[in-house]
Amino acid sequence: MRIKNTILFSLISTFFLIFLISIWKILATLQGLSINSFNIEIILIFGFLISLAHLGIGDRIKSIYKSIIFSSIFVFFDGYLIQKLPIWYNVGVFLILYFFTNKISKYTFIGLKEEHSTQVILFDFLTLFGILFFSFVILFPFYMMLVTSFKTQIALLVNPLDFSINFSQDIKDLFKSYFVIFKSYKFGKYIVISTIVSVGTVIITLLFAIPAAYAVARLNFFGKTFLSTSILIIYMFPAIVLVIPLYTIFSQLGLRNSIEGLLIVYTATTLPVAIYMLQGYFKSIPKELEEAAILDKLSWFGIITKIIIPLSIPAISSVALYVFMIAWNEFLFSLMFLDNPNSFTLSRAIQYLSGDAETPRQYLMAGSVVVTLPVLFIFVYFEKYLVSGLTAGSVKG
Amino acid sequence: MNDTLANTEKKTAYILTLPAVLLVFSIILFPIFANVWISFKEVELKDIRIPEPRAKKIVKSISDEPSKIKILYKLRNSSLIQEIRDVSFQDNFPKNFEIENLDPRCSYKKYNLKCEFGNWPAKYKENFQVIFVTNDGSKIDKKNLKSIKPKLDGKSDNILLNTNFTFKNFKKVLFENEFIDLLLTTFYYTFFGTVGSIVFGILTAQMVNQKFYGRTFMRSVLLFPYVAPVVALAYTWELLLDPNSGTLNSLLLNYQIIETPINLLGQKYIEISILGFDFKLRLALTTVIMFEIWRYFPLAFLFILARLQAIPKELYEAADVDGASPFQKFFNITLPQITAVISILFMIRFIWNFNKFEDVFLLTGGASGTRTLPINVYQQGFAISDIGMGSAVSIVIVVLLLMFMFFYFKLLGKRVDEN
Repeated sequence: MRIKNTILFSLISTFFLIFLISIWKILATLQGLSINSFNIEIILIFGFLISLAHLGIGDRIKSIYKSIIFSSIFVFFDGYLIQKLPIWYNVGVFLILYFFTNKISKYTFIGLKEEHSTQVILFDFLTLFGILFFSFVILFPFYMMLVTSFKTQIALLVNPLDFSINFSQDIKDLFKSYFVIFKSYKFGKYIVISTIVSVGTVIITLLFAIPAAYAVARLNFFGKTFLSTSILIIYMFPAIVLVIPLYTIFSQLGLRNSIEGLLIVYTATTLPVAIYMLQGYFKSIPKELEEAAILDKLSWFGIITKIIIPLSIPAISSVALYVFMIAWNEFLFSLMFLDNPNSFTLSRAIQYLSGDAETPRQYLMAGSVVVTLPVLFIFVYFEKYLVSGLTAGSVKG
Repeated sequence: MNDTLANTEKKTAYILTLPAVLLVFSIILFPIFANVWISFKEVELKDIRIPEPRAKKIVKSISDEPSKIKILYKLRNSSLIQEIRDVSFQDNFPKNFEIENLDPRCSYKKYNLKCEFGNWPAKYKENFQVIFVTNDGSKIDKKNLKSIKPKLDGKSDNILLNTNFTFKNFKKVLFENEFIDLLLTTFYYTFFGTVGSIVFGILTAQMVNQKFYGRTFMRSVLLFPYVAPVVALAYTWELLLDPNSGTLNSLLLNYQIIETPINLLGQKYIEISILGFDFKLRLALTTVIMFEIWRYFPLAFLFILARLQAIPKELYEAADVDGASPFQKFFNITLPQITAVISILFMIRFIWNFNKFEDVFLLTGGASGTRTLPINVYQQGFAISDIGMGSAVSIVIVVLLLMFMFFYFKLLGKRVDEN
């Protein structure tokens, strides 16, 4: 049992090490180093030996010295003898090994005797693996988007693996793609249009949704249950089904290629979610406050503006941010309704840009950075509000 | 007294909800009915533009005669297929203008030229010319003349409003449109996208539910793909997967994992042999599903994490006392606690993935075996310009969706009964 557990532990930790080093090698390759092999066999052997040695030595050497010794040996063989790579790469390998040996230092020979010890180890390492794996898989495309926007057409074609940014060049050259999309492709205008559409949608949606949500949350009227269930069902309804009839109607009314048209559609599609999210919050406000207000002969308008709104600022801001993000990211309707470059939103403009096969990809990526940054900024900054909104409304397609 | 109170409450409620209800009705419910109407019609994109009588006004001075001016109207019917009936024309002129040659169809009164042009067939064109003389010999302001726009009016049939119906579109959708293939592709895309995103959601939620350094940061990062604009993400993936100079292919080539670049988004099938069995994998579809999973697992993650955090700690402590292993704890405590969330998530994601248009459209445009039903709506309606067909496809989507929702609510109702 102990032997089996020892071997399993060593294997699990070794696979984790292989994963760590492989990610580091990929990142190093993307900085222009020429590494053509993961050398998995070597890492496998060393990782396995290090894990075994760690268990064998146990507490006889202080763990910090142990880590340093193991890491140095590994770096010496992997980095210096086999690949002859620059010093920063080897420092990285050293740090990874140091991290790795620290991670395994909490597992001891005696601990392995315990029941389920391999499962616990597997769980621990899977968590670590997951954290790194998902960070890499998610952040990599964003990283690529950003880096590509700073490169030139030639650099991209010569070595698609070179992700290093040359900071020594002139600011004008570094940000060239951004200057181009703002100057030649009118991205400044599209930012303004996107902002007007998104902020406009937020304002109109709130104007319509707050009274409606209040009525659904507080008042008794015929058709109330019907209304609140249909809100959810309508919310489920697919935008793609609305596209053709709206296109024909908007064409005949001359609403295509207009900001008003987009505002109407965006407001209508975000209203159900907004009402749903707001009425949930309004229900949690104590009724006594309003009853006092009714005795004071406050009208419903007074109740909403003087009591409900001040008390629901968090919910309202959450809905506002959420609606803003939906409107800012929206693509389907802007594709259908806008075909005149003078009325494009940012998303539509980028799609239009990509329609021309000649458009250099760094422009496309610069545009993507421009459309992504505000959303990510808002998201990170107001995360607390938004996460509650996301789970409450569970929204967007 | 009570009765009137209840009445005012009702009235207030209707006033408060009316704007929202009206807007949602006109933009969401009405179009769904309009869709049914259109789907039974033979309508093409070019038919939906209402035919308009148009006139371009050209002002020309006549040499040697400064008090005379020639005005040419280029009249035409904007429609290539429909006639316009009873076209009327009006234009205003300055107070010193006298007309020289009056067309029999026109009258000139109070410096206002009125004409009745009768019926214009499709593609109709005419150059209509009038000459004016100023009665006081003053200089003619050509710019001002040009700035006055003529008014034209006419009647035409709106093809959408007549009552000619046909089953042709539905016949075409169901029998000539590779319908089975379309349905299967949509189903694969929806099903695997949904299951994949939920599986990754469970894994990540389980992961973030542990304590580790940088956990809140990790939670934000995991939501990035969900909140970022789809356009930016789709094009980034396209660059990443590009067969010629994409990063992924370059990396795989560099590490000698593959010998020739793989066109992940442009190749319909790839032959794979596992354990001696050869089978064909739908490559482009798989890649699109991967993107789908990548983009939507955060939603599942968020829901499941919220549920995980609500599971009472005592359950795990009791399991520890009983000596349960981590896997036993996961399968016997965690999984039963999150099944309700998962079943709801499955339904929500299934419905949304079924209707997902943007992702596939931006990545492949529906080429190389990734044509799903929503993509087909676009292709029929706008690429082939057959609005009726596009509508029919979207009606098929709605019907399938309603069937699905019916079972969903039945299932949900059962669940409520059980509790």
